[in-house]
Amino acid sequence: MDGTQGVAKQPAQNVANQGNGKQEQSTQRTEPQFTLRPLVDIFENERGITLQADLPGVTNDRLNLQVDKDTLRVTGEAAIGTPEDMEALWAEVRSTRYERSFALSSELDTEKISAQMKNGVLTIDIPKRAEVQPRKVEVRVA
Amino acid sequence: MLGYLTTSDSGLFDHFRELHQQMDRLFAGTPAPASIRAVARGSYPPINVGVTPGEVDVFVFAAGLDPKNIDVSIQQNVLTISGQRIPDEKTDGNYYLRERFGGEFRRAVALPEDVDVDKLEATYRDGVLNVRIQRREAVKPRQIQIN
Repeated sequence: MDGTQGVAKQPAQNVANQGNGKQEQSTQRTEPQFTLRPLVDIFENERGITLQADLPGVTNDRLNLQVDKDTLRVTGEAAIGTPEDMEALWAEVRSTRYERSFALSSELDTEKISAQMKNGVLTIDIPKRAEVQPRKVEVRVA
Repeated sequence: MLGYLTTSDSGLFDHFRELHQQMDRLFAGTPAPASIRAVARGSYPPINVGVTPGEVDVFVFAAGLDPKNIDVSIQQNVLTISGQRIPDEKTDGNYYLRERFGGEFRRAVALPEDVDVDKLEATYRDGVLNVRIQRREAVKPRQIQIN
């Protein structure tokens, strides 16, 4: 816990783990001011709703899906490998946080939401409740 | 402070956090000079370019591509990325929103003059294409020996 001079030169992740010194904390907390709103396709058929979202740079472990009452919230954090000494020359993507929320409706079965990520594309399947499905057909299209 | 405390117990999370904070610091505050090859905001795919003394890194945020459908070429110092994203076409229902790009795309970006076009590698991972080009030796900072 002693704040030696060498600490400041270490990568910030080590500083965070040690959790010492106010100065290091303030550099840790340089949070970005805004989030990116991912573009989506939303499709409905008689089985349910499929939502696809572009989240380039996000993997499964940095993706967060939350259903709170009737709101589906998608958040994700992109990480791309940038060397320590890199300087930006041109930037069209200026944040690493994605966030977008969707209001669900009551015929959707929020208990049975499934999701997968592939090449930065998130696909969420939200089935309709069994009682509102026109016919009980268990067809799963992978 | 609270957020900091609650996340500091996970080394792995800290690592990710650091990675994206690093990118945030890097690209968030960049002033945007108008490039002659700039495209309308929201065009697919957006591009970031970062430089180090040794290399130039181009990040193309192009989710959902088949690597076979990406074409990367470089002439002098102008890098061109083109390709095709084949949209999912479902027909047994209705689309409410179709915001995601589908079809052919082409972007070009001018890189620093000193890139070595023979030392270029491109990798596609998690929907981000990273084109990494080495810079020629002459412009790297050199340590000069004093006798």
